[in-house]
Amino acid sequence: MTAHEIDKKTLLAFLEEIKDPEVPVLSIIDLGIVRDIRWNDDELELVITSTYTGCPAMDMITANIRTELATLGFKKIKITQSLSPAWTTDWMSESGKRKLKEYGIAPPDKRFSIPKDGVECPLCHSNNTRLVSEFGSTACKALYQCKDCQEPFDYFKCH
Amino acid sequence: MNEAIINYTLHLADNSLILGQRNSECCGHGPILEQDIAITNISLDLIGQARNFYQHAASLKTDGSTEDSLAYLRTEREYKNCLLVEQPNGDWAQTMLRQFFFSQYQYLLLQQLQHSKDEQIAAIAAKSLKEVAYHLRWSREWVIRLGDGTEESHQRMLKAIDELWRYTGEMFMPAGYEKDSGVDLITLKDEWLKKVNEIFREATLTIPEKIFMQSGGKEGKHTEHLGYILTELQYLQRTYPNCEW
Repeated sequence: MTAHEIDKKTLLAFLEEIKDPEVPVLSIIDLGIVRDIRWNDDELELVITSTYTGCPAMDMITANIRTELATLGFKKIKITQSLSPAWTTDWMSESGKRKLKEYGIAPPDKRFSIPKDGVECPLCHSNNTRLVSEFGSTACKALYQCKDCQEPFDYFKCH
Repeated sequence: MNEAIINYTLHLADNSLILGQRNSECCGHGPILEQDIAITNISLDLIGQARNFYQHAASLKTDGSTEDSLAYLRTEREYKNCLLVEQPNGDWAQTMLRQFFFSQYQYLLLQQLQHSKDEQIAAIAAKSLKEVAYHLRWSREWVIRLGDGTEESHQRMLKAIDELWRYTGEMFMPAGYEKDSGVDLITLKDEWLKKVNEIFREATLTIPEKIFMQSGGKEGKHTEHLGYILTELQYLQRTYPNCEW
């Protein structure tokens, strides 16, 4: 094991602490947006991909990564944005999906890749729910209402 | 050759930026909260696409251009968007019909562009396609709902068709820089017409008889509306050059 590989593990654990500012229970690792970590001599390069093209959280996430890595003592940091392959919710970790649900957001579900009525309510677990709008409070979410507990909730769309 | 790719990339960027800017005018003015959120989400997607295309164009230009200088410091005659996207929002029927015409076009176009020989254009296309599928589904449903709705909503849809149809032909007339894009505009046009026809039938609407199609936007000759859009869009950078926040 080389020094860089040891660093990589420490680094991954550290990146787990950087959260999505719009869904603060999810780390950037949970989201699957960190695609590669590599060293170019003494420069650390992080390859990240955006979730949605217009997601305003990306600039903030980039800034947060920079600040946090600087506190770890990394002097030369390069953050590269990669577009291909396009980000997909398939890259979201299982623990990420669990955390989303506990937070009150229904996680992506293949059966609802095109949003329709019936996504499980994250609050009372009923499937008696209705799609209110395919567009929600952020680009990645759709708006639902549970017909049993009456609560509105967000669904993290398959992408 | 390189000039053609730059201009084509700018054309793709301008289409997305101008429609994004138009849709953003609805922010806080949508008919109900959910639809206001929907159209502003679409704005955000479109402006995100525009940023990706401008960044790519800037990297090809290698003259110090940036995504910001391309969006904020080009004049009306340098903008290469289609006339359709700069048309005013009008009422909700007009806003929805414009979105449907464009999303249906963009959906088919991006399907072709994801195989572009320009890798960056292909990557942006593949990524954007996922989002455009939502725009298309949403605007299509609105066209059906309004067309096959009440007498009033049907009349408004007819008026919107009357207003916008003349701007749809341009999308399929190749500009000089478009010839090497690898996009087959003839197939695109056939598929587009077929889809529009399907939705119109469901919406109890009909495609107008052959009428004269306006063009020129792709080559920088715009309707009077673009100047006003750019005035608002570029105000800050023109008044306070290089300002940042």
